[in-house]
Amino acid sequence: MPAMTLTEKILAKHAKTDFVEPGQNIWIDVDILMTHDVCGPGTIGVFKKHFGKAAKVWDPKKIVIIPDHYIFTADKMANRNIDVLREFSQEQNLPYYYDVGTEKYKGVCHIALPEEGHTRPGEVLLGTDSHTCTAGAFGEFATGIGNTDAGFVMGTGNLWLKVPPTMRFVFEGTLPPYLMAKDLILAVIGDIGCDGATYKAMEFDGPGVFALNMEERMTLCNMVIEAGGKNGVIAPDKVTLDFIDSRNKHKVPYTPVYTDPGAKFIYEKVYDISKLQPVVAKPHSPDNKAFVSEVKGTKLDRAYIGSCTGGKMTDFRAAAKIMHGHSVKIDTFVVPATTEVAKGLKTEKMHGKTLEQIFLDSGAKMGEASCAACLGGPSDTFGRLNQAIRCISTTNRNFPGRMGHKEAEVFLASPLTVAASAITGMITDPREYLA
Amino acid sequence: MSKIPNEITGKAYVLGDNVDTDQIIPAEYLTFNPAIPEEYKQFGKYALSSVPPAQSGLPKGNIPFHTDDEFVSPYTFIIAGKNFGCGSSREHAPVALDAAGIKVVIAEFYARIFFRNAVNGGYLVPFECTDRLCDKVCTGDELKLDVLNCKLHNLTTKEIYPLNPLGEIAPILNAGGIFAYAKQVGMLKS
Repeated sequence: MPAMTLTEKILAKHAKTDFVEPGQNIWIDVDILMTHDVCGPGTIGVFKKHFGKAAKVWDPKKIVIIPDHYIFTADKMANRNIDVLREFSQEQNLPYYYDVGTEKYKGVCHIALPEEGHTRPGEVLLGTDSHTCTAGAFGEFATGIGNTDAGFVMGTGNLWLKVPPTMRFVFEGTLPPYLMAKDLILAVIGDIGCDGATYKAMEFDGPGVFALNMEERMTLCNMVIEAGGKNGVIAPDKVTLDFIDSRNKHKVPYTPVYTDPGAKFIYEKVYDISKLQPVVAKPHSPDNKAFVSEVKGTKLDRAYIGSCTGGKMTDFRAAAKIMHGHSVKIDTFVVPATTEVAKGLKTEKMHGKTLEQIFLDSGAKMGEASCAACLGGPSDTFGRLNQAIRCISTTNRNFPGRMGHKEAEVFLASPLTVAASAITGMITDPREYLA
Repeated sequence: MSKIPNEITGKAYVLGDNVDTDQIIPAEYLTFNPAIPEEYKQFGKYALSSVPPAQSGLPKGNIPFHTDDEFVSPYTFIIAGKNFGCGSSREHAPVALDAAGIKVVIAEFYARIFFRNAVNGGYLVPFECTDRLCDKVCTGDELKLDVLNCKLHNLTTKEIYPLNPLGEIAPILNAGGIFAYAKQVGMLKS
């Protein structure tokens, strides 16, 4: 059998064949289908149109519905969309619907999926959101699809996919304390461009990756879509398996998969991460890379810490480390990705204060767990850029209009850099605040 | 769309590189449900509404795609540069272009989720060009697409541009989308 990459091996197994190669079109079995409030109603519409009003989903235990985008808004249409999800979940008896306004409500789907034990090595996860690629951090094939594809999967459990060639990014060296996974992925996207991985898998490898915790690995895989990547993936190790086993409350069996020795990569790049500097993406594209040292002093109007990319406990620990004992100079919005993260901010302490207290004492505003202003949303969305202002953000995209106003400017950066910049009101190197 | 017509004619609307899904249909309008026909039409009204004015209707720019209260644009073709449709997975993006009356997009290449959605949903025909047509075609040019021979005639300038064959997506588009195609190939019961 010729050698295959991790991505190729997962796809071969799910196509019930021994071997696949890049460029091949295959029909695969799907393990988990995830949808949310923005694409769920359309997906359900496609499902009902093609399979009939009385149709049943292919497997209720394999469908996960996580409302997260437009939750805390007075927008009637947005609220109507949650009702559509609720009714469908009741009608279909879906055990994994995380309803708004209940104890089950989670927040951002990509963080909620692993928290609730829906991500496992070796599996195929498809979701109606481009950042579904986040789950590649757990050694699975995870990618975003549209409503029509999702409606098809909902009824059949299958989908056709083209096998992507794999690019390998090797991180050598030790990550300095002033850098985070966000700096690494912004550096990669800046180097290969926002179409540099179009139709390709991006595998992250090397000691610099395996030294990262799960949340940081998720940040790496989360942003592969910003380089056009089909999926990002990291081989599972003990850190992965410990995380999965602590969260796999439904005890679903799984089989980790690894890249074969001698597997072919279409591209390979090695980074010495000990020599990197803090990175930002300037407006209006995630590949518009600059080192913080090149843009420091740029005046800002707002700072935003949140989203699937930058709203996890690791992100808030980093921000709190910088913001403790300082006041913010600009409007600063802090939005935990999920209710579990929100609880963590209320309980975990640093210097005798909860992380939430550190943020509130600094003058930052705390929001409720959801996608919030990462993608603009209805005009009453917490933190949305309703004017043409300049924001530094831990989120993932800065295309025109992404966070609201189409003339607003967004700089993407790590939580460390965003926190340091919030204190000074201008783009600031976190090393200035890390003694 | 069911079955691609052999010939498509109409006016071109020209855009640049990396036109992402937030520019094609801003997130604030994603509250409409494309599965409801009345709401499907609404996407046409807001299509391309977040493209910066200077990049709207190249090469001149500042040419609106349609006036504010219209649901359908006077254009049939979008001509764009690299990586058209990058960003989110929202199927509302090809839906918005379809609702606005766009039949064909011709770009150097596409972001893959937009491409899949356009093809599997059967909303429009995504052709790839071999030349950088967004530098050759002007907004408002009259175009005629010869689908069978993969040639684009610019009736305004009299130029003819070659396009890449549709290849493996042709049977899906000709079937009318992934559901009809899956039935044809036996992956879905009729």
